[in-house]
Amino acid sequence: MRGRPNYLAGFGSLIWLFVVGLPLYVLLVATFQSRADYAANGPLAFPERFTLDNYVNDLDQGFAQYFLNTVVVTVAVVGIVLLLVPPLSYAIVRSDGKATGRVFRLFLLGLAIPSQAVIVPMFYLINEAGLYDNLLGVVLPTAAFAMPVCTLILSGVMRDITPELYEAMTVDGATPWRIFLQLVLPLSKSGLSTVVVFSSLQAWNGFLFPLVLTQSSENKVITMGLYDFQTEHGVDIPGLLAAVVLSMLPILLVYLFARRALVQGLMGVGGK
Amino acid sequence: MTTAAVPTVDSTDKSVRRGRSSRSSTGVGRPGFAWAAPAAAFFGLFALVPLVLVVVLSFTRWNGLGSPEFVGLDNWSRLLDDPVMVKSLWLSLFLTVLGVVVQTPISILLGVWAAGRQRNRAVLSAVYFVPLLLSITAVSVLWRAVLDPNFGVPSEATWLFGDGNLFGTQAGAIGVLVFVSTWQFTPLHTLIYQGAARAVPQVLYQAAQIDGAGTVRQFFHITLPQLRNSIVTSMVLMVVGGLTTFDTVLILTQGGPGNDTTNSAYYMYQKAFKSFDFGAASAIALLLVLVATLVSLAMVRLTGYDKMRSTMEGV
Repeated sequence: MRGRPNYLAGFGSLIWLFVVGLPLYVLLVATFQSRADYAANGPLAFPERFTLDNYVNDLDQGFAQYFLNTVVVTVAVVGIVLLLVPPLSYAIVRSDGKATGRVFRLFLLGLAIPSQAVIVPMFYLINEAGLYDNLLGVVLPTAAFAMPVCTLILSGVMRDITPELYEAMTVDGATPWRIFLQLVLPLSKSGLSTVVVFSSLQAWNGFLFPLVLTQSSENKVITMGLYDFQTEHGVDIPGLLAAVVLSMLPILLVYLFARRALVQGLMGVGGK
Repeated sequence: MTTAAVPTVDSTDKSVRRGRSSRSSTGVGRPGFAWAAPAAAFFGLFALVPLVLVVVLSFTRWNGLGSPEFVGLDNWSRLLDDPVMVKSLWLSLFLTVLGVVVQTPISILLGVWAAGRQRNRAVLSAVYFVPLLLSITAVSVLWRAVLDPNFGVPSEATWLFGDGNLFGTQAGAIGVLVFVSTWQFTPLHTLIYQGAARAVPQVLYQAAQIDGAGTVRQFFHITLPQLRNSIVTSMVLMVVGGLTTFDTVLILTQGGPGNDTTNSAYYMYQKAFKSFDFGAASAIALLLVLVATLVSLAMVRLTGYDKMRSTMEGV
C-alpha cells in the first residue's frame, strides 16, 4: 500500500493478536486437563497430564444429542432457504410485475427487523401452531430471518447475468422454468454457496429462538446445551470449555478448508 | 464462468418436460408473481405477521396462558413510569456509544494495516477472524470462564484486575460486555475497512509523498477521509447490534449486579419469560424496532449515492 511499513499499526496488530489469542489458548489447554489439575495449576498453565475425558463426558451427557439436533436444524433451514430464495430472486430480477417489486421492498424492510423484537409474538405463534418445544418451531423462524440477506445476495448475483443470455433463450421459446434451471441456477453457483454458508451459520449459531421456543433436553440445540451447562455446572470449567470447542468444531473445519466461502457468507456479500 | 455455462444450456435442451413448464409460463419467458409467492408467504408468516402481532400485543395483557386481553395504552404508561425501563434505555444507549467509541478506532487501525502487504498479514488476519466464526453464546461462555473470579485469569493477575471479580461492579460488568462484543465483532468491521482502504487510489499517497507528508499525516489526511462511507456503514451496524445486544448480557452478567447491566433487550426478555408480562415486553420490543428502523433509514440517507462521488474526489 505504502512504501514504508507502518510500524505503529504493526505493533498494534501484535497486541491484538495477544487479545485474540489469550482466550483461545485458555480454551485449548483447559479442555485437555482434569478439573482438579485446572483448579490447581490455573488457567494459563500447560496441561501436565493430557486427557480427553472432558470431551468424552460432554458427549455422554447429552452433547452428542444436541450436536445431532443442531445438524437437523441447520440442514432444514438451509433446505427451506434453498427452496424458496432462488425462485424469489429470479422473479425479483426478471419479473416485470409490480407485485414482485413490492415483495422485494418487504424483504429489504425485513433486514431491519432484529429477531429480538419478535420473540414474544413468535412464542405466541409457535404455541398456537402446536410447535412449542419442537425443532420445527426453531427451524421456521430461523429460516425466515435468514431470507432477507440471502435474497439480497442471490438477486445481486442473478442481476449480473447478461440480458443477452436471457434473450437468446427467450427467442428459442424457453419457458421461465427452463431459463431458471438451465441458465440462472448454473450461473449463480457462487451466490448459492454464499447463501448456504450464511444460512447454515445463522442456524448453527442461533440462540434466541431455541432459547424461547424449546424446553426439553431432547430438543436442545448446541448453543442451548452450552448455556444450560454454564448455568448448571459453571464451576466445571474444563468440561464447559470442551463443550465450547465441540460447538465450534464444524465451523472451524469449514474455515480451514473453504475460507473464502465462509468469509463471504459471514459478511453476507455476494460471492464473486 | 459465463462462457463455461453456455454449452450446458444447449446440451440439455431437450431434457425439460414441456407440460410442467408451460403452466407457469407468462408467455414472454419472464417469471410471474407465482415465483415469488412461496417465499413471500413464508416470510410474511414468520417475520411480518410477528411484527404486526408485536404491535397488537403491546396493547394487551397476556401472561402466556389463555388469550391476550385488550388494555389500551396501559403497558405504555406503565413502562414510562417504570424506573428500570428508563434506566435500561439509557444503558442500551450507553453500551452502544461505548461500543462504537472502542471498536471504531481499533477496527480502522487493523483494517488499514490488513490492507497493506506485510508478509505476516495473511496469517494474522486468519487468526483475527476466528472470534467472528463462533456463536455469541460460545464467545460469552468462553469469556465468562476466562474472567471467572476464582478459576480464571483475574485470579492469576491481581495486579491488573484487583480483587478479581469484574462482575461485581457496574463499571466492571459494563467493561466486560463492551470488551467481549469488541473481541467478537472487530473482525467484521476490520474487513469492511480493509476493503475500503484497498480501494483508496494510490495516486493520493504518491502525491502526498512528493509533498513530503509522513505516514501519520497521510493517515489523517488521506486514508481517514477516504474511509468515511465505510465508517458510516460500520457504525450503523454497531449501533443496531449494540441496541439489540441480548445474548452477551444474559450469559455474562444476567443484567447484574442488581439491574446495573439490564439493557432494554434483556429487560424485554425478563418481562416476557421471567415475569410473564408479555404485553409490556411487546411494547419494549416495538420500541426497539422503531429505533432500529430509524437508524436503518438514517443509513440510507447518509450513504446513498454520494458514495460514487467521494471515491473520485481529488483524483
